This record gives sequence, C-alpha cells and structure tokens, in this order.
Amino acid sequence: MATEKLAQEQEQNLHGAVRRIVNNFSINVATVNGSGSQSANSVLLKSIFEMGVPVSGKNLFPSNISGLPTWFIIRVSKDGYIARKSVSEILIALDSETVREDAMALPSGGVAIYEEHLDLKQYRDDIFCYPVPFDKITFDVCPVAKLRKLVKNMVYVGVAAQLLGIDLAVVEAAVRQHFADKQKVYELNYAAVEAGYNYAKEHLPKQDPYAIEPMNKTAGKIIVDGNMACGMGAVFAGVTVVAWYPITPSTSLIESAASLLKKLRVTPEGKASFAVVQSEDELAAIGMVLGAGWAGARAMTATSGPGLSLMAESAGLGYYAEIPGVIFDVQRGGPATGMPTRTQQSDLLSAAFLSHGDTRFPLLLPGSVKECFEFGYAAFDLAERLQTPVIVITDLDLGMNNWISEPFDYPEKPLDRGKVLSVADLERLGGFARYRDVDGDGIGWRTLPGTRHPKAAYFTRGSGHNDESGYSERPEDYQKIMERLARKIDNARTLAPAPETVRNEGAKIGFLAYGSTDFAMRESLDQIENEHGLRADYMRIRAYPFARAIHNFVAAHERVYVVEQNRDGQMASLLKLDLDAAQTVKLRGIVHYNGLPVDARTITRAFVAKEGL
Amino acid sequence: MATTNGSAVSQVNHIGLPVIEYRGGKSTLCAGCGDNAISERIIEAVFEMGVEPEQVVKISGIGCSSKSPAYFLGRAHSFNSLHGRMPGVATGAALANRALTVLGLSGDGDTASIGMGQFVHAMRRNLPMIYIVEDNGVYALTKGQFSATADIGSRLKTGATNELPPIDICAMAIQLGATFVGRSFSGDKKQLLSMLKAAVAHHGTVLLDVISPCVTFNDHEGSTKSYKFLQDHDEPINEVGFVASFDDIEVDYGSGEVYDAEMHDGSQLRLRKLLEDYDPTDKANAVRTLLEAQEKDEILTGVFYIDTQRPTFIDQLDMVDAPLATLPESITRPPKSALDELMKSLR
Repeated sequence: MATEKLAQEQEQNLHGAVRRIVNNFSINVATVNGSGSQSANSVLLKSIFEMGVPVSGKNLFPSNISGLPTWFIIRVSKDGYIARKSVSEILIALDSETVREDAMALPSGGVAIYEEHLDLKQYRDDIFCYPVPFDKITFDVCPVAKLRKLVKNMVYVGVAAQLLGIDLAVVEAAVRQHFADKQKVYELNYAAVEAGYNYAKEHLPKQDPYAIEPMNKTAGKIIVDGNMACGMGAVFAGVTVVAWYPITPSTSLIESAASLLKKLRVTPEGKASFAVVQSEDELAAIGMVLGAGWAGARAMTATSGPGLSLMAESAGLGYYAEIPGVIFDVQRGGPATGMPTRTQQSDLLSAAFLSHGDTRFPLLLPGSVKECFEFGYAAFDLAERLQTPVIVITDLDLGMNNWISEPFDYPEKPLDRGKVLSVADLERLGGFARYRDVDGDGIGWRTLPGTRHPKAAYFTRGSGHNDESGYSERPEDYQKIMERLARKIDNARTLAPAPETVRNEGAKIGFLAYGSTDFAMRESLDQIENEHGLRADYMRIRAYPFARAIHNFVAAHERVYVVEQNRDGQMASLLKLDLDAAQTVKLRGIVHYNGLPVDARTITRAFVAKEGL
Repeated sequence: MATTNGSAVSQVNHIGLPVIEYRGGKSTLCAGCGDNAISERIIEAVFEMGVEPEQVVKISGIGCSSKSPAYFLGRAHSFNSLHGRMPGVATGAALANRALTVLGLSGDGDTASIGMGQFVHAMRRNLPMIYIVEDNGVYALTKGQFSATADIGSRLKTGATNELPPIDICAMAIQLGATFVGRSFSGDKKQLLSMLKAAVAHHGTVLLDVISPCVTFNDHEGSTKSYKFLQDHDEPINEVGFVASFDDIEVDYGSGEVYDAEMHDGSQLRLRKLLEDYDPTDKANAVRTLLEAQEKDEILTGVFYIDTQRPTFIDQLDMVDAPLATLPESITRPPKSALDELMKSLR
C-alpha cells in the first residue's frame, strides 16, 4: 500500500469532492496530565478494536504528576500498521495548553473536535471544526462536581464515536468492560458517552471524510503493553525472587508481575511461592538478584537507564562469579536523567559491556509484546544455563504503550535450571571443581547453598580465582578463567533467539533493525517498495552475541542499513566489533533519537536521501 | 557439652560432628588480628549450637573482615561479594532459601561508609541474618585511612587526628529496627561466644559490632581501637549468659538484676545487669545510653537491645515454608489454563 501517496491523494480530493477515508488515520487526544483521560482513551481504543479494525495507542506524556500537556495518539490502520505515524489527522483538544501548536500540526483537511471556547477556527481555515461545549454537557450528566474532570473525557468518546461511525453498542460494551466491577462508575461514564454522542448527532453535521467501518482483522487478538507482557513472561518462567527500585518506565513491569504473582502463585494455604522486595536502590536490587540467583532462586529486577548504570558493578560480579539473574531494561531517553517519559534504544552498548573489566552480557531484544512474553521467560532459562546475568532490553514505546497482538502461547519446554549438582551427583563424583570446564562448553557445574553434602560448598568471589574457586592471582589461572568466560558467553549465539528473516528475496540492499523499531521498519519497507519500486531484504536482530545468520546476511548484501533509535548507531557499532573487517564497510546507519517512537516516513526519507533515489 | 578448649577437640557436638568440621582455610590476615579471634569464636559458636555446616552461608563485602569467611566453616557456601554490598546479596540468599543460617561479615568501612545505604535498610527489614561488623576504625587493605567509626581525637600512625564524629553502628541499628543489637570486643572470648550463640538462636536481624583491633595500622598509642585502649575502656553493660535449648540445664528465673529472654528456638539468653536499671527492651534508653557513653569516652559492650517478638521480613512476605530456590516447576510455573484465562481478559 502506498500509504503516503494515498493520503496525499485523499487530501487533494478534499478540496474537491470529499472522498471518505475509512480505517486509515490517526487521532491525537490532547489533554493535561492527571485529568484522568486514560480511561476514556482506553475505551475509545477498545471500541475501534472491537469494530475489527487494527489499532494502536501511544501515550506521549510528561514526567509530571499533573498539569502538563499530554497526548494520546490512536492510530487506526486497515493495513495493520501499528508504528507511530508522524501526522495525526484528527485532533481532540480539551484543556490543552498546546492547543495552538496541536491545531497547526493538523494536515489540511484535518479534523478538530474541541472545547468550544478554545475557538480553533482562529488558527486554521482549512480544517473541519467541531466545537463542543464539553463543560456544559458534563455539568448536565454529572451532578458531583469533583468527578466532572474525569467524566468530561468520556464525553469526547461519545462525540468521536458519533462522528466516526463507531457503533454505540460497541462503546457501551467497552465502558462496561473497563469499569467491570463498578456499576455506578460505569453508569456515570456511559451517561457521559451517550450525552456526547447525542450532542454530536443533533448539533454536529458530519462534514469530514474520516470514518470507521467494521472489519474482521482483530478477531482473536489481544491488546496489551510490553511491560505487562514481560511481567507475564517472568511469572510463567517461575520467577521466585523479584527485587526492584521504582523507575520510569519500568515500574509497571514489576507492578504487573507482582499482581500476577499474587493472583497465580499463592498456595491453597495462602502462602506465597515468591518474594517481591522494593529495595532501597538499584545497587541493592541487583545485589539481591545475585544473592538469590546464587542460592538457586530464579531472580529478576527491572530498571531503566539510570538504574542500569547503577547495577554495572554488580553485573560484573555476576559475570565473573557466574551467577544467573535477569535484568529487564526498559529504555528511556538518556543520558543522565534524560527524558524519563520518552523512548530510545540507547542503552544497548552499555548493557552489552555493562561492567568494568572485560565483560559481555547476553541481550534479548523483543520486537513485539508477544516476544516480551516469550523472551521474558526464555531469559531465565538462558541465565541459568549460562550462569550469568541476562538483560532483556525493551523500551518505553514497547513497554508502556498498548499493542495489538496474537495471543501468547504457553511455553512448550519445561524450565531449564542449568547445570546443578545434587547430593547424589556429589556422592558419585566425590567432589567437584566449580569453575572447571568438564563438558567443553565453557559452562561449569555449580551446587546450591544448603546442599547436604560435605563436598557441596565452594567459595564464590569477585576476586581472581582458579578452577576450584580458590583465590588466585596466578596469570595462567586468571587467563584460563577469562578465556573460558568468553567461550561460555558465545554459547548465546546459538542458545538465544535467532534473528528473524522478515524478507529475503536476494535483494542488493538489506536492513537490520531490532526491538520496537520493527513496527516502523516493516511499514517503511512497504513505502520504499510502493513509492520507489525497490525491494529490500530485512533481518530483525533478536539477541546478542550475534548469531552466525547475521554475519551471513551482511555478507549477502551490497549495502546494509542499520536502523535504530539512538544518536550514535549503537547496534551498528556492536556489529562492527563482531563482523569481519571486509563486511563492516557495508554498514550504513539510519538513526532517530528525538524521544518519540520512530515512524516509517522518517526511515524512508533517510533511506531515500542516502541512496539518492 | 563439647568445648574447643584443649583436649576436648576430639569430642563431637549434638549433631555428631567434631569441631574440625567447622574449621576453614588458614588465615592470611596479620598475626594478632582481631578478625582471627572472631573467626575462632564463630567456629565455636556454630559448633556448640550444633548447626549443620552446610546450612550456613557466609556472605561478605570487601576488606580484611570480608576475607575472613575463608578461614572458618569450610563446609558452608561462601560469597565474598562487593564493597558495601553484602546486605543486598545476603538478603537475596536469605529469601531464596529461608532454611539457611545467614552469616554476614562486614567491616566498619564496608558498613558505615560505602555500605551505609544497604546497612540501614537491612536493619529495617529484620530479615533473619547475623550481621557482624569487624570494627577496627581503619581501612587496612589500603594501608591505614580513618573509617567512619573512628572516634574524635583518635590518631593514625602518621599523626593525623580524626576530627569527625564517629557513626555508632549499634545506635543506628537499634533505631532502625534490628531486633538483636550488641557490641563486643574480639579479645573478650567469653562475652563474644555467648553473644554469637544467642545470635544463632535469634529469629530476626542480629547486629554485632565487634571491636577488632588492627595490629598493623591502628593498635598504637592514641588509637581508640587498640587492644590497650579497649582493655582500659571496655564497659560491659551486662554479663551475657546463654543456655541453648538442647542443654539440660535448669534456668532459674532471676531477680531484678537479671533480664532473661526466651529465644525463638527455646534457648535462653540471660543478661545480668552491670549498668544500673538497664532495660534491653527499651529502645530509646538504649540509644541514649550509647550516645552518652560516646561523650564519656566509654566503649560499652554487651547486648544493648533485644526484641524476640517483632515479625521478620520472611514472616511479612508470608512465604511458603520450603526454600523458594528449589520449589518444583509444578508450583512455580502457572498452568496453561492460567495463561488462557489471562489471554481472555486481554481481548
């Protein structure tokens, strides 16, 4: 689909006869933070989803509790594109301070639904204007003054439903599901939806071309955010110790996991088969993960850039002392405090080599909510198999926004608890050397504290040691361990999720991308093909250290564009360290790092410019 | 009852193990280091209490003190972690396996400076663990800088004088929620051994600040953490007596001069008052007494505070009795029906 071209044509048509634009536009809801618009936005999103139309929602919010502008972008796409789109055709503006800016950002022929006193007509004469007396409508349906601020949001859901042609019964069901257990709250909110719907029906004759029509593209699908999906992955991995320190945007990952644990992991006697500890800082959180992992628990933490930096020293200890643990890093804009409520993929290099000294960490890079779940549980198997901290890297866009997805599949394989010696093993072997490579794969055998055998114990240390875990500063002991660790981590090249070849048509040009960039990348490939007649191949990287297939992909193409959301091309750098020198010259970077999720048009434009098309 | 004195070493404890099974590697610390004496007392305490060595974990930070786990309990797993990070690692291990006796070994630099954040929060949680600070007032591995427990006016060998007020680890631990807080001196075998045995019997966080002179960098004239200074200024507030639950000894409940505490495992801690009217369950008074002693250049020792009732962190988390670490998959991985249900709720 030539989305962009079609959009342009449609705009042109507007100036003549209005042609309907069905199931292919974005809605920007501009409110202020803390006004409770989240419920209304969820209901609107869910209603479109229930109409069978592919939809995604993005919350662009400030690092603030209340009072600053916030935007919720709903993208409706009959073609199933769920990345951010740079332009929204429909604006819903309530109290926004940024109303002028938002109005100016509308395309010609766009639509504005707004609180009437904001008078958007003063800024634009080329858009469709629907002024609505939101305060008055709210006043009439909501007698309780303090609830009006919240209920007002539901009025715009009703107005939008009427103007776009969303079935009112569908909206009603979405409101009912949203306020599941609270009949009174449901009644109040639905009354507001109805009032908005009726107002629009009576007072706002439809002039614009945008419409929703039923499709059947969402049947059986789910809507979920990546943090919830990662939390679910951890719970279905059988996580037992969770230690964490609150930080945006990872907090909801832990909160989701904790609420699922309370629901699913309490014995009939009412006892918890888990421990969740909110620690004093990230230093302690990762320390608890190491202590628990060392003692045999499946342990995890979740954090974002600043917390990851604080965990660096302990991560190195986990690497060198060979202790399993899982770190979920939900990236935000860095460095320093950076932009806590904006998205980026800029922790990649620091995560890969998190500690001082020579270290390397397996990284899992989910590119969808489904993979957040799958990698969420696979990370624990990998960590215990390799006896090392494993980092699952997502970002704010994937983690905190709602994504449409196929339902998740139950894990096929049983848990892999790695190489652990039992009392019977010790009895048979007569002892063991903790750090000896007896199997030739670089992975030693460990025992868990509490194992009732006189030969079970070993001394774990972050200082120089030999095969038998004794203190050593001997050059050959040190090098032997370090050489083995390098080989051990290399196992991840085959054990971690293999890259996904999205397109492989023997094209001259290849694309490499990872994580949440995938959504825009796929759309951009379509744009490049439809607008320039150029078919490119695409491989999605899903883990580090890199699988051989990535080397082969680069080798098979003349030029390879690495698309990512950071300034310095961190993935490209990481690839250059791994590829043969002759291959590195093929890499070209396309980066986007302004804090907003990358959109397809940005990738396409950068590609077209670089290729001189 | 076996003791480690002289010929008694061949005897076994009540689980049938000789004391040699509680020993560790040869110490690489300086001859005469207080830390070595503490290691000896730990061996005796765990041996006499009849703890299975495999059910103990020794977790330490960085410093001379943190090396000491290599020198006792060779049959117990040990984790020499990072500077100031022992409490986090110990917390994780204790949560992973609640059946373990967790011994945390730290020093004054490791606890009162770089590890202060983790120390105070560990005290708040009252997780079952024995947190021992081997306190010499000096950074020895880096050749003799003051630590945060050095007293005002204490002098280094170089002649430098400490001008900053010391951190009283015990006063902090009491205020923050530790439920067994005491101070001893590495040279006081009897007191330290009794306190360590009581610590093993206690259910909750034990904080023991053990003054442990550094013979190389802080045992000179002018130091307030020297053997000589301790011998002159050690003021026990109570005489610590301990009778283990398995000892067949009649305990006569004492007069007003004695405070008896029944420990979690049925053992008996008897504190004979040496300081008039000292009540080891009165938090505010305990803190005040410690601060007043500091003003008077006295080094108080003994059990300052005990609370055998406060729930531990494990109790608060309401965890299953079995160690989390070894729970079977059938308990830790929810069934397919649970995932199906979740998927339905997300439609």
